Amino acid sequence: MQTFAAQFANAHDLMVVMPMVMLTLFACGVLIIDLLLPAGDKRWNAATAALGLLFAGGSLWRVQATLAHQGMLGVSAFNGSVVMDPMAIFFCWLFLIATGITILISVRYMEIEQEDHGEYYALMLFSVVGMMCMASGKDIVLLFIGLELMAISTYVLVGFLRRDKRSNEAALKYLLLGAFSSGIFAYGLSLMYGLSGTTDVTLIGRRLAGLPESSHPILMLAVVTTLAGLFFKIAAVPFHQWAPDAYEGAPTAITGFMSVAGKAAAWALLLRIFAFALRYEQTIWMPMVIAVAVMTLTGGNLAAMTQNNLKRLLAYSSIAHVGYMLLGLVAWNETGIKGILVYLLVYTFMNLGAFAVIVSLRRRDLIGDEIDDIAGLWFKRPVEALLMVIFLLSLGGIPPLAGFYGKYFIFLSLIETGHYVLASLAVFYIAVSLYYYLRIINAMLMRPALDAEPIQPAFGLRLALWVTALATVGIGLFPEIFIRAAAWTMTAPRAVTQAFLR
Amino acid sequence: MPQNYIPIFLFMLVALAIPVVTLVIAKAVRPDNPHATKLMPYECGIDPVDTARARYTVRFYIVAILFVVFDVETIFLFPWAVQFKMLGWFGFVEMMVFLAILVVGYVWIWKKGALEWV
Amino acid sequence: MMNTVPISWYLVLSAVLFACGVTGFIIKRNIITIFMSIELMLNAVNLSFVAFAYQWKQLNGEVFVFFVMVVAAAEAAVGLAIIISVFRTRETLSVDKVDLLKL
Repeated sequence: MQTFAAQFANAHDLMVVMPMVMLTLFACGVLIIDLLLPAGDKRWNAATAALGLLFAGGSLWRVQATLAHQGMLGVSAFNGSVVMDPMAIFFCWLFLIATGITILISVRYMEIEQEDHGEYYALMLFSVVGMMCMASGKDIVLLFIGLELMAISTYVLVGFLRRDKRSNEAALKYLLLGAFSSGIFAYGLSLMYGLSGTTDVTLIGRRLAGLPESSHPILMLAVVTTLAGLFFKIAAVPFHQWAPDAYEGAPTAITGFMSVAGKAAAWALLLRIFAFALRYEQTIWMPMVIAVAVMTLTGGNLAAMTQNNLKRLLAYSSIAHVGYMLLGLVAWNETGIKGILVYLLVYTFMNLGAFAVIVSLRRRDLIGDEIDDIAGLWFKRPVEALLMVIFLLSLGGIPPLAGFYGKYFIFLSLIETGHYVLASLAVFYIAVSLYYYLRIINAMLMRPALDAEPIQPAFGLRLALWVTALATVGIGLFPEIFIRAAAWTMTAPRAVTQAFLR
Repeated sequence: MPQNYIPIFLFMLVALAIPVVTLVIAKAVRPDNPHATKLMPYECGIDPVDTARARYTVRFYIVAILFVVFDVETIFLFPWAVQFKMLGWFGFVEMMVFLAILVVGYVWIWKKGALEWV
Repeated sequence: MMNTVPISWYLVLSAVLFACGVTGFIIKRNIITIFMSIELMLNAVNLSFVAFAYQWKQLNGEVFVFFVMVVAAAEAAVGLAIIISVFRTRETLSVDKVDLLKL
């Protein structure tokens, strides 16, 4: 009896999940503090949330230091349902950074929208807890809960502008399609559980490999439904319809948050499922991934060309970026996975930066998300216009900016594995993508502004802009450190087959 | 296998037959004398003032939403209650942490005024 | 002693329920009905988890069911709240009329 309890509750387990615990505590704290704050003083909520991120970062650093100190490939806790391996730690850092930048962008923006409630930051922290569970879960129960915690918090955040019809509608569409895809995903998980008799992803992978021929149709169904759910979450064509609507209607800061942190979390989940549970089922999923990757590249890039709404354009461009990352999955070698990780890292900075510029266009009387609204930005705020040019060129993959290295590794992995046709297709779509990025740049630099109203970005927003811009240029000029970080991240998947992480 | 279902099938037949038979007998026996007042929906003896399809106040929805959430959370309490002795202090502390998080939510909705009927 | 119902029957029932949910999600036009279809899908998942858990004589599957139920409740709560706010701004519950965001 005693041993059963002792198996769970010890300081070591708590240390491993401390980042999540910290974030939960601070999120609850924000909710309570919000009740005590007078109406005009809501900035303290943002400060509390930021403090929570710092504490979570500190706890994460402790986990990482323990790993490095003991030379381990990961620590697991709670009977192996949570594992903090380098991959999980990499993604957790990424979530924390993305959330920090989003908070900087949000403070003034939510005041202009007159929706600066504490719940906004609390929900953001809760969704980060969910993301961390998705990145570190090794048990399908935890992975599913993490996914839902992230998704449900994000549904509310998307609909946070209660009086705005577009925001409501976006939340509704996101909710319906998100819940639908969660259902499909859960069905796939239930079949995988039924076939393997375990909820541990590593064990699922092994047992699925040893299945008799007769159960292959069910295995097929399990893989297909699980993949459909995952593709929904990363917004790959043909499961992408929710993304443009949700991105356009959501508060702009949340659009940025969803498109980087939410997407990275979905990728963490996807990589975890692929690298562990579906490790030996390549013959089933590879054709699907190739087809979806090609469709995603095509659909995302072509649809982005005709958009006049900046948020919608960036939504389609983000779908196209998912297509590039899927190509890394097609290659399915170390370079490919490294490419996906580097891509997600640089994408965080350049995409959040681009959304920060769009946020700076928001005024009381103007939403500022049409291409016309950004016209003539060069003449009003040359610095912001220049930074936007950097972000857009980086999104397009122009060296020496950060975006180049994401694409570089993807192409390298494709060539290593002999997928020359796919590689040339991807290069072709880079040219297409440059067309729509240059369209925005053209509007900013060549066209006159539609009104003379000055733009005054708040301090937090300017800080966020500089951080993202420095990172975009910095990773481009000194890529070695970041690539090494991504390579370190790879150490765990490489060792998956060796043993259970202990 | 299928023959195991014969009792169920017979049971269903009987269950279907009873209401039909009673309705037919009642129809044959009772006096049949409808008029307007008799066919009116009964509403505490007062004449109905409005259609029953009227819209409910949104307050009902908020109460329903809160009920759904707090009601379903109890499914975590049942397994704990069943294995209370075995889980011991560890289970108790864990459950208190869980309830503490719920209490934060409860305090929040209370202070937000969602529990008041205005 | 009667034979117990084989697991495949539960799985077929679960698959049928799931298919009903998916169909309802695709063809229905009322938001509440769509939402109920999603709940039906999740309940199909629950059924298959319970059946598998019984077959493997494990608790894991049933634990998953607990969490699916809680998630479904949370989703329903958030969903109802969003539906109310949509209804407040537009006075309709038909998905065809919620069409501000388009290509």
